Amino acid sequence: MIEQNTIQKDIYLPQLATVKKAGLLNETELYLQIVMDGPQLDYVPGQFVEVSLAGIGEAPVTIASSPTFEDGFELVIRKVGNVTNAVHKLQAGNKIGIRGPFGKGVYPTEESKGRNIVFICGGIGLVPQRSFINYVLDNRGDYGDVIILLGTKCRSQRFFLDELQSWSKRSDIQFIETVDQGDDCWKGNVGVVTTLIPKVEAKLKSAVIPICGPPIMYKFVLMSLQGYDLPHENIFLNLERKMKCGVGKCGHCQINHSYVCMDGPVFRYSDLAIMPEAI
Amino acid sequence: MTVKKINKDAFKQFVDGLIKQQKVMGPCAQGDRFEFEQLQSSGQLRLDYDVTLRPPNRKYFLPPVETLLTYEVKGGYQSVYDDAEFILLGIHPYDLAALNQMDQIFSQDNYDSHYMKRRLNATIIACDVVMPSKDVFAASMGTATAKNGFDVLLTDIGDSYIMETGSPKGEKLLEKAKGAVDATAGDLEERQKIWKANQSRLNNHKLKCDCSYLPELLEGAYTHPVWEEKAKTCFSCGSCNQVCPTCYCFNVQDDVNWDFAKGKRQRAWDGCLLDGFTKVAGEHEFRKKREDRFRHRLYRKGKYVPEKLGSQTPACVGCGRCVHACLPDIANPVNIYNRLVDDLGLK
Repeated sequence: MIEQNTIQKDIYLPQLATVKKAGLLNETELYLQIVMDGPQLDYVPGQFVEVSLAGIGEAPVTIASSPTFEDGFELVIRKVGNVTNAVHKLQAGNKIGIRGPFGKGVYPTEESKGRNIVFICGGIGLVPQRSFINYVLDNRGDYGDVIILLGTKCRSQRFFLDELQSWSKRSDIQFIETVDQGDDCWKGNVGVVTTLIPKVEAKLKSAVIPICGPPIMYKFVLMSLQGYDLPHENIFLNLERKMKCGVGKCGHCQINHSYVCMDGPVFRYSDLAIMPEAI
Repeated sequence: MTVKKINKDAFKQFVDGLIKQQKVMGPCAQGDRFEFEQLQSSGQLRLDYDVTLRPPNRKYFLPPVETLLTYEVKGGYQSVYDDAEFILLGIHPYDLAALNQMDQIFSQDNYDSHYMKRRLNATIIACDVVMPSKDVFAASMGTATAKNGFDVLLTDIGDSYIMETGSPKGEKLLEKAKGAVDATAGDLEERQKIWKANQSRLNNHKLKCDCSYLPELLEGAYTHPVWEEKAKTCFSCGSCNQVCPTCYCFNVQDDVNWDFAKGKRQRAWDGCLLDGFTKVAGEHEFRKKREDRFRHRLYRKGKYVPEKLGSQTPACVGCGRCVHACLPDIANPVNIYNRLVDDLGLK
């Protein structure tokens, strides 16, 4: 028989928060700094929140800031659907609803200690990875070599330019960037993100490799990594799916047996062997 | 546990007494089919029904549309709960099995207070099947009779019902049944016969393996041609999802008042067979092919959900509603699982 549960918290009830800062990063990406009106979020890199706009709906968004960021948390939201179009109208001082943080499949912050990390990011895939990247940079002594590979479609879509510049200047990390389509003003690498992988092949062995990008990117990145005979346990993929509830009930994010909102959004590649729908 | 016997006239009075005190939902005739409705009098009650159009467990505990919360567009959110007490009278053992599964799903991991509030306010009077439906195969799925999960279980033995309690709530309810007498050994024997008979009567499509073998069977069936073959004629209409007592996927949508100042957030039934179920903003759809969606449903029923719940019985309870609802006649889980047994063999 079912028993009365003493915890009667409503898992669908958003908590109010205030937009502290809002600004466009490029044509489609909006940066938000958010401070909860009540207790602040206790999150780890890789977790996501449901952003709620009363009257419009909710959208799942991975947290872009590291837990070491102390003034609320940050999100970067692409203008692409119903909710996110409305989110783009937000200004500092506006109220929004937040549920979360959600997701038990997160970045391996502990497991990576003392090891090399090679981040592979495609476009807006930089955003979820940034939580882990900044966490590592804020605890730099705990980790081995840190390499960040970033591929963007074109120069005008790049964002977090100050941060990218500071990464490229640091001597304790290696930051390599490329754009799919170059132009006259772009002096750097041209080509998709996989073209950067051979440049760091010496560091791949036994490194932790977190990957995040658009769905199409994973196949190509994994194919490129194939040749280096890396243990699949070391590769982590941040997977996107449609989500409604965020709490393992509504069924939309299911990949085979697994719920992305519960078991993910970050998955170990070796665990995807029994999830043919994943990639 | 108490086992009583009550004759059908006294039972009618008992039901009429309950209707005066609280909402009682029971199976009623609707044309030549049946559906659970709120009873106005015991005369409407048709405990001899074969199967209802919609599964009562979903209709009352995860309704087609439900308000989760209200909000002020510029202010805060407020949870909305439906806390009316009611009796669900006459749910069949296969739907009861689905209800018990849903209880597990909505109370585990993240406690769904909306579902559970309704659930805890309800009294469940289950009823053994009198008239098997054309497509029922509950016996193949181990749900032809009920062992637990009810407050009271009724069995029609001709001129009377045997009433067995399964919880303190049921005990309390039974106290109200005037004219109920202790069941005799002969009555229990009579009931045992009905249970035994229902194990073969409720099996109009026979599964060729034990239902606990389904997860293992599906383990090696992912690339079997049956998915594509069947899905060729699938309309992606989601009828199989809509009538299924174990389907619980839902969508969440906002509904704003005309003044754009206040509104509500609602959840509504959704279905994994529908095109767009996995489509994200930006138009990427993860299960775009019909056969992938078709396979997903059969894997959820036979493997994903039972494994998630650690259950020996599948998330198909054998009600047969999808068999009836599917226009191209491809939904019958038994046909598909049997085809896999034929082709892949039993280990």
